[in-house]
Amino acid sequence: MSDVVRLEYRNVTMRFSQTANRGVLTAVQGVSFAVRDGEVVALIGPSGCGKSTLLNIGSGLTVPSEGLAFVDGERVAGPNAHVAFMLQKDLLLPWRTVAENVMLGVEIQGVPAVERQKRARALLANFHLAEFSDHYPHQLSGGMRQRVALARTLAVDPHVLLLDEPFSAVDAQTRMVLQGDLAKTLKQAGKTALLITHDLAEAVTLSDRVLVMSRRPGTIVDEIVIDMPDRDNPLARRHDPKLGDYVARLMDRLDIGHAALEQAAGGAP
Amino acid sequence: MNGGTRGSPTRKGAVASVALLIVFLYAWEWGPSLLGIPSFIVPPLSAVAAEFVHAWRFDHLLLHTGVTVAEVLAGFILGSLLGAFVGYLLGMSPVAELALSPYILALQIAPKVAFAPLFILWMGFTVYPKILVAILIVFFPVMVNVLTAVRTVDPDMINLARAFKATRAQIFWKIEFPTSMPPMFAGLRIGATLAVVGVVVGELVGGNVGLGYLLTFGEGQANTPLVFVAIVMLTIVGGIAYLGVILIERRVLHYLPARRVGGNI
Repeated sequence: MSDVVRLEYRNVTMRFSQTANRGVLTAVQGVSFAVRDGEVVALIGPSGCGKSTLLNIGSGLTVPSEGLAFVDGERVAGPNAHVAFMLQKDLLLPWRTVAENVMLGVEIQGVPAVERQKRARALLANFHLAEFSDHYPHQLSGGMRQRVALARTLAVDPHVLLLDEPFSAVDAQTRMVLQGDLAKTLKQAGKTALLITHDLAEAVTLSDRVLVMSRRPGTIVDEIVIDMPDRDNPLARRHDPKLGDYVARLMDRLDIGHAALEQAAGGAP
Repeated sequence: MNGGTRGSPTRKGAVASVALLIVFLYAWEWGPSLLGIPSFIVPPLSAVAAEFVHAWRFDHLLLHTGVTVAEVLAGFILGSLLGAFVGYLLGMSPVAELALSPYILALQIAPKVAFAPLFILWMGFTVYPKILVAILIVFFPVMVNVLTAVRTVDPDMINLARAFKATRAQIFWKIEFPTSMPPMFAGLRIGATLAVVGVVVGELVGGNVGLGYLLTFGEGQANTPLVFVAIVMLTIVGGIAYLGVILIERRVLHYLPARRVGGNI
């Protein structure tokens, strides 16, 4: 891991005007952090704390109210080819075959046909999907579809991957397999990633660092460096006794026990 | 899944369908005389068949059918293109949709066939007023379906394309246009049958050629079998138009799971 910063948020604040009560909703308040080359950083926080807003800002789809975002030292002023994102929804186009879906990004970016076919073949082989390249999305399982989405994200060869709860829609066992695939791929390709997740064990097993966000307006309240080996093997990390300590600390920082008590007592959400 | 095997619902349904047709044809042939209905009210099947042969040989049935088919085709194709074009335009411009929606709604509520006499006043006893009624009547189902489809494209899908630095044109051709295909075909199927209605009304109102004209001609001569011949021919024309759309739809939407395309026709 080098010291080159791939993704940086500098004092980012995001406000949305609300038409209902003419109020202003501050989703994110003064967030600053940097992700170094090859690093995987997980971002956790309660629902609605602005995690996805940060992702949209990083990918250039949303302009922050205040502050700046940088990718590879360049200010993010709109979508750029160095960043690719992946969501909980696979967003596969039903009329495109698996291979054609993988090629969507490179096709839009004007990569020559021969080159994009080469990339799609390599990625599909890597994700054990080679024999499905001519299938249509509806013929695949949820886990396979999500792997195709990951292949599509990697096909544009981005420096930075922004992952918004990429596996929260698949079942628990498939999720562990997909986490393994992702971790291995990120490590092998040396990609930088920002992973938004609600799954505390996922955050700890997949990342080098975990950032904890507060409730709205979202700020970063804690940073936990994950001092465990095997970042490319989340299953091995799951067997590491330190995992429990990290998860406990995250639960503590997120006030999860407290919130559960409040809900049990019928109190505030 | 094994739709053709003995005793499956599909096969039973097909057998029952054919049986019903045979019963219907028998009832048509023998029913009127059994019930004492005179043949100038309901002519039996054989009289209609004889009239068909007669009309084919002496009344230019083929010409009348050909003219109607040509008008239906022209009206359907032009109306679909126009409907799709306006649908995409309004779908991509919320301002245009807001500005135009009351007028579009008014035009949609107005019975399109009521325009037929007006169009004949404007364009005379030519094929154009018939085509125009068909265009108007086909326009709406296609436009509304395309508009709704463009409106309901998943915004995350658009964002994904934007994040890949897609241009507006790329978003349209790679995402919005293909997404709108299934609803557009639903509109085209409705349009295919409505096009026949539009053309026939136009022909009924004025002109001296086409199956609609043949209807009024038969009526004027109290030639009930000829009226029946025209109705049967119109049904066949409409059926072929509908089947044509379904065949194209199956080709275009081949990627959909089998059952969703065309249903049971």
